[in-house]
Amino acid sequence: MDEILLLDAVERYLKGEMNEQEKTSFEQMRRTNPELDQLVVEHHFFLDEVNRYSSIKAFKNNLHETQTKLEAEGVLKEKELGAGAKVVNLYRRYKKTIAIAASIAGITSLLTYAATNLVAPKADAEQIQELSKKIDAIKKTTDAQGKEISKVKTDIPTKVDPKIQFKSRGTAFLIDGKGYLATNAHIIKTSNTVVVINNKGDEFLAKIAFIDNVKDIAILKIEDKDYKNIQLPYSISKSTTDIAEPIYTLGYPRDEIVYGEGYLSAKTGFNGDTLTCQIDVPANPGNSGGPIFNENGEVIGILSTKQLQTEGAVFAIQSKYILKALDELKKDDKYADIKISSVSSVRKMERKAQARKVKDFIFMVKGN
Amino acid sequence: MKVYPNDDLLLKGLASNDKQAIEALYKENFGLIQTYILNNNGTTDDAKDIFQEAMIVLYEKAASGSFELTAQIKTYVYSVCRRLWLKRLQQSQRYNSPVESLDEVVPVEEELEEHQKKNEAYLMMEKAMGHIGEPCKSLLEAYYLHGKNMQEIAENFGYTNADNAKNQKYKCLMRLKKLFFTQYKNGN
Repeated sequence: MDEILLLDAVERYLKGEMNEQEKTSFEQMRRTNPELDQLVVEHHFFLDEVNRYSSIKAFKNNLHETQTKLEAEGVLKEKELGAGAKVVNLYRRYKKTIAIAASIAGITSLLTYAATNLVAPKADAEQIQELSKKIDAIKKTTDAQGKEISKVKTDIPTKVDPKIQFKSRGTAFLIDGKGYLATNAHIIKTSNTVVVINNKGDEFLAKIAFIDNVKDIAILKIEDKDYKNIQLPYSISKSTTDIAEPIYTLGYPRDEIVYGEGYLSAKTGFNGDTLTCQIDVPANPGNSGGPIFNENGEVIGILSTKQLQTEGAVFAIQSKYILKALDELKKDDKYADIKISSVSSVRKMERKAQARKVKDFIFMVKGN
Repeated sequence: MKVYPNDDLLLKGLASNDKQAIEALYKENFGLIQTYILNNNGTTDDAKDIFQEAMIVLYEKAASGSFELTAQIKTYVYSVCRRLWLKRLQQSQRYNSPVESLDEVVPVEEELEEHQKKNEAYLMMEKAMGHIGEPCKSLLEAYYLHGKNMQEIAENFGYTNADNAKNQKYKCLMRLKKLFFTQYKNGN
């Protein structure tokens, strides 16, 4: 009920229906209450859109009526193409050619068909039947084999122990095709077992190679003999990105990979935090740890947290901290071979093609 | 700068959505546009479409109140239609060679970009309105489009009193806003 009164007050304020006293106290409230101010601004914008919609709709209506009326009166006539056409109407010119070409093709195929029928020997009906029986028999054995195989498949125990109860999940992405992934520390910090699952549903066991709870960055290494090295199509940006630059993210808020796009809204994060930056993309639990790409397909950050009170405020860890984490990790001889690609091969591609390409390199992370 | 008193009058009429002004504009300009489009790979239906869109552009300008006519309406409408048609040809890939014309044109690119944005918002609102369902759609249209007050709405829609109608309106409005802003955020 309060909300109804509030919005009613906002509408009356915007329409100028408040008396002086009411208006003064409302403006006072607006100054002290940023949420109210936000509501006023948003509703003002919305009402403007509604008004414009309404006036254009009325205008379109009139346009339509006038046109119908003039057509009925014969003022608007269908005109024939004048002789003084400046540009030759190509479609009309080619129409004949196309028609001729099509009929030639049609006649040729009819003739070929007739000729083949004449020349080809007539098949023995009995033979055909026998053959089809043979095929039936072969089909039966294949079916049986197929059943056997699927039975065997279900009997083989999966390498990931199904008894493990996964408590947390999020998103991770490859930073080196040798099986190194970056993600958020908070997803896996209490986990003993970490499993990553790619977009096709293949599961791999991974271990935590590096974790920094303060910066909320973790590097995972896939330790699974089924994993094959791949070449990454994107790079990790060393520089900071500009405000308003379009960005997109891919992640696993649900079991399927989900795409979201938006823009960088501030160079710093919550309360001026310089570790992160603020972005405006739709994000849900499970998106954590996902990569933020800029238009060139370079990773500019890791999606990390969402401010609870404010809709649309999402924060990302800047990509330079991934590079710093890698430098730390390389000090360990075991990981000295990590290398990140410096060029993104999807750079010139359209957004759609980029997303299609990079989605295979983004994994769901589960930890127990 | 030349002044066209008749044109100014037409614009004023257009801004107030006056049918006579619309009819006059049709009679004076449609023939020229139709000839242009027919000569450039189009049909009469294309001409009607393009002309209507140009009229909306002109209406938006006229209604904004800040529009100063620097050329005859005829030239302006022709320039807008020409630009819109070239764009459509490019999109449908029927575009073969640049279609140049000897007629006078004025630059309209900025206006059309603005129109494009407004049109997107219009389509989003139309879609949102189409999705909220009845009685929400009629109720909000009665309040925001036709300027009915809550008492009248309560009577027309069979609510026991204005407060009930207000409650219903609030729920509908919230749904409309949500639908609209979801599209708006995704669109940008």
